Amino acid sequence: MLVIHRDICGYCGACVSVCPEGALELIDAYLTVDDHCTACRICTRICPLGALEVADEAKV
Amino acid sequence: MKRRYDVLVVGGGPGGALAARTAAEKGLSACLIEKRPAIGVPVRCAEGIGKEALKEFIEPDDRWISAEVHGAQIVAPDGTSMTVEQKMAGSKVGYILDRKIFDRELVWQAAAAGADVFVKTRAVAPIMEDGRVRGATVAFCGEDRKVAADLVIAADGIESKFARWCGLDTTVPMRELMSCAQYVLTDIDIDPHLTVFYFGNRIAPEGYIWVFPKGERTANVGIGISGRKSKDGHRARHLLDRFIADRFPRGKMVECIVGGVSVCRPLPCTVADGLIVVGDAARLADPMTGGGIANAMITGRLAAEVAAGCISKGDVSRDALMPYDDGWRLSRMGKSLEKNYRIKEIFITLDDAKLNALIQSASRLDLKDFSVLTLVRELIQRNPKMLLELKSLYSVLK
Repeated sequence: MLVIHRDICGYCGACVSVCPEGALELIDAYLTVDDHCTACRICTRICPLGALEVADEAKV
Repeated sequence: MKRRYDVLVVGGGPGGALAARTAAEKGLSACLIEKRPAIGVPVRCAEGIGKEALKEFIEPDDRWISAEVHGAQIVAPDGTSMTVEQKMAGSKVGYILDRKIFDRELVWQAAAAGADVFVKTRAVAPIMEDGRVRGATVAFCGEDRKVAADLVIAADGIESKFARWCGLDTTVPMRELMSCAQYVLTDIDIDPHLTVFYFGNRIAPEGYIWVFPKGERTANVGIGISGRKSKDGHRARHLLDRFIADRFPRGKMVECIVGGVSVCRPLPCTVADGLIVVGDAARLADPMTGGGIANAMITGRLAAEVAAGCISKGDVSRDALMPYDDGWRLSRMGKSLEKNYRIKEIFITLDDAKLNALIQSASRLDLKDFSVLTLVRELIQRNPKMLLELKSLYSVLK
């Protein structure tokens, strides 16, 4: 599942633009992810700050 | 907020503001909504714009101009630099804006023209009737309201969702999303009228680092790298920090800005039944420079002009709105977007040795009669090893 590190996130919305599922949305300064996320990791790659991470279900 | 408007504009950046202002000037009832609690912040921009492009829309005003740009300096990976001055750069020379004030001014103008404006108001879903967009459900401070409209103009920027909800695929390919970071640095030694661009696959893979003056000792210092080159420990922020430690170690940071800029081709179609998409939301940022302000204003205004005609005729179908899509695509802006896309695709293939060779030979040219075509022709003569790349560049430019 996608973990949003809110202390790192710069709420810029770059991730929203590359999400093939439309699973991310930026609500003012709060990034949300819904259950359409397939953990494809495109957003984790492009984040300018490294605020997104796909974590192992078992560890969360 | 009324329950019905002729035009509902989603997003309060330059594209949305021009759409709302133009719609109101054309006698339409218009409402602009912005999800953030204030217009103009947070800034997500390097703030550069060409002088001529700006003057098309608003008279330059010192209140929102941070710096006037007289030339551009291009720095190769090996440090070779060339400067293009005002007299040769023509309309490319321009301003570094203060977007916080600039965006407010544009929205004030929309309001003065008669448009309603609401902040902290977010579109949460389109109202769809028989497959047509007929307005939007908007959330204002957590309270949902239905706003009917003959036409919605989606001006919701890089993180656009509205057009996607209406059935258009707006996904930016990973490699064509520039992952960007920028600091406003102060107390640094710069030329206050020169923009500087640093190229190199080590410092900014498939992108560049920019230093855009914002005053005597202040500048936007930023970086854009291709999404496919971004990875842990090697992200836009890390590469920018490395550059600043090297170049401006004593600079003081007064603002930290991150963002994404699309360098893909525009959406294949920027209209749907009851919907027009403008600016960054339509992926209209320039693929070479990443600049998006002017194109957003051009398409924001055009969208409202086309909307006025269609609403008066009572037909806002996709077909009726096509003059908007055709309009920008066939304009100088549309042609330049396609040309610059193809140039970008050639440029990103150049390794540092080729970038060095190009900038070295360009810096030795007498640029008095500077035209891009003569420049490329000269470069072909001086760089036989790069014949392939330069010939394709020449054929794009021709």
